[in-house]
Amino acid sequence: MRFRRLRAIALKELLQIWRDPRSLMIALLMPFTQMFLLGYGVTLDLKHIPVCTFDREASQNSQSLLKHFEASSYFAIARNVRTYPELISAIDRSDCKIAIVVPPDFSERLNDTGTSSVQAILDATDDNTANIAYGYAVAIVSGYSNDVALDALGRQGGELQQIQPVAVQSRVWFNEDLDSRNFIIPGLVAVIMALVGAQLTSLTISREWERGTMELLVSTPVTPSEVMVGKLAPYLALGWIDASFCLIIATLWFGVPFRGTLFTLFATTTLFLTVVLGIGYLLSVLIRSQIGASQVALLLTMLPTTLLSGYVFPIDQMPTIIQDITYLVYSRYYVTIIKAIFLKGAGIAALAVPILFLLVYAAAVMTLAARAFRKRLD
Amino acid sequence: MNGPAQPAQAGKIDQVVAEDLVKRFGNFVAVDHVSFRIASGEIMGFLGPNGAGKSTIIRTLCGLLRPSSGRAIVAGIDVARDPEGVRQHIGYMSQKFSLYRDLTVEENLEFFGGIYSVPRAELRERMRFAIDMAGLAGREQAMVGTLAGGWLQRLALGCAVLHRPPILFLDEPTSGVEPASRRRFWDLIHNLASEGVTVLVSTHYMEEAEYCHRIALINHGRLIATGSPAKLKQTGIGGDLLLLECDALGPMLEALQHAPNVRDCSVFGDALHLLVDNAEKSLAEIPDFLASKGLHPRRISRISPSLEDVFVQLIAADVAAAGKAA
Repeated sequence: MRFRRLRAIALKELLQIWRDPRSLMIALLMPFTQMFLLGYGVTLDLKHIPVCTFDREASQNSQSLLKHFEASSYFAIARNVRTYPELISAIDRSDCKIAIVVPPDFSERLNDTGTSSVQAILDATDDNTANIAYGYAVAIVSGYSNDVALDALGRQGGELQQIQPVAVQSRVWFNEDLDSRNFIIPGLVAVIMALVGAQLTSLTISREWERGTMELLVSTPVTPSEVMVGKLAPYLALGWIDASFCLIIATLWFGVPFRGTLFTLFATTTLFLTVVLGIGYLLSVLIRSQIGASQVALLLTMLPTTLLSGYVFPIDQMPTIIQDITYLVYSRYYVTIIKAIFLKGAGIAALAVPILFLLVYAAAVMTLAARAFRKRLD
Repeated sequence: MNGPAQPAQAGKIDQVVAEDLVKRFGNFVAVDHVSFRIASGEIMGFLGPNGAGKSTIIRTLCGLLRPSSGRAIVAGIDVARDPEGVRQHIGYMSQKFSLYRDLTVEENLEFFGGIYSVPRAELRERMRFAIDMAGLAGREQAMVGTLAGGWLQRLALGCAVLHRPPILFLDEPTSGVEPASRRRFWDLIHNLASEGVTVLVSTHYMEEAEYCHRIALINHGRLIATGSPAKLKQTGIGGDLLLLECDALGPMLEALQHAPNVRDCSVFGDALHLLVDNAEKSLAEIPDFLASKGLHPRRISRISPSLEDVFVQLIAADVAAAGKAA
């Protein structure tokens, strides 16, 4: 490989990107649009779930229980209804996802037997939301229940001793607020890198064929690996710029914690970029048409990265066969890596295994890409 | 039939040698047993209709296509064995314009300077030379896509000679360029040849063939004849040529098909060209023959054949020979 020729190719490519508004838009605007669209659009947190209350007792006790719902940020009281038909129509019209019904004998039973119950009616058309809403409701009711018990004990014994049944003391690490945005946004960086990287490079060789410049290029002493490395270098630089944009938006705008080092982030990102840039380049060599290559690139990068990398959809909840397939999805390793860097501050050593997988992938793609390009017309 | 390979001029090395070259695409034979040699400093012109195989031969010599059989030797290197070895010695202008339209004149030159590793110390001076040669002084910063045809062709030539290759392959370099620019382009080619550059240039303009030292006539992938323009005109048609001017071409053409000693008769503009074995004999014979049919030509005279006459005649003979062979 000769540096003069490498430099000539890289400079030429850079000039061409600079003068092609389409490429430039993809390269520089994509991180912003994707970050903001998906960063705001995709959130797994349920807050302010609309709830209907039907207080059939209207006592101090029942109101006190419903106050707990009102106070919680997970729920928002949509309506207070007075009849069952009203409640049913509220659910039918999707005014609420959950309805809490306090029975007319709520206080009576509480006083007589020490236990009482409330009814929760859930709209389970979206079972995930229903499950989460139910979980939150149970938590609120048991919180209230504890208050009642302590209160009763206090009144009976005068001396309030700490009752301590077995309790789970859970501590949430790395994403203390269980904010799903902290979990999604680092993964989003992988999606953006995959999208931008493969899209741009899928055009680079096919453009030369379509514009007829390839015929002259192959008649020169330039070697296939010089063409490949020279053409990919500017895109790698663009990838670094995009990664920096993503990092800035993630931390400064969305407030996602960044606990790792920049070195680990950029080293692993370079590795991942090598894979996606290589895939785009390989497709460009094989397909020779800009439209065709960019479509296939989209299919091979964007799709597996959004669906099978674990960026949003947890891999361990997928069917076993799909789980096995995800081992082939290179973005899976990068998503694991980048989440660990952002949230856990993991270093190279802790990430050795996924890094190794990416290395193997990068080596394979580069070898294929370097061999696919032949300086012949037949 | 292949034309006889011309012996190299004394004391000069043959820079380009094709020996029994064949290139097939599937069942289609694009190049059919072609042999020729081009001496150093010689301008060899490939003349032939579109699709005759001119581009395929040039691409094979550049190492862009692998010959199906036969040998191509360029700058002493077997192209099929070492296509990369040939690259540094050749400059190539493809039929379709293939510089970067979204780069400026200067950027294109810099790119090819880098690709051919032109020594940095010399690059500025050579770029200057190429820019002056192409008449692009003052337009160094112009985007190539905005330039007109003649400039594009000269810039492409400038890029092709930037690394001072001893051999140039120019595939229809002047197609689509206005005549004045074409003339200028040929001056450049002659200057390069006079400095010892070997040039293989293809064209379908007959008048351009006259600028070549030697011509190879190519049809259906076969090399029908080679020789200098003068020699081809002299011997290429194997007879003498008469020009016959008359008022009604149709009946005249009809009658002449049966005239004695007339080998061929064809329309050229508003007159007829007759191919005869012996001009003097026919000049005496034909007016009488026509008079017997009640036809009276305005004028009949002997002319020297143009390359076009030669080409038409040789192709007709070639087709006839191929028909007989089959």
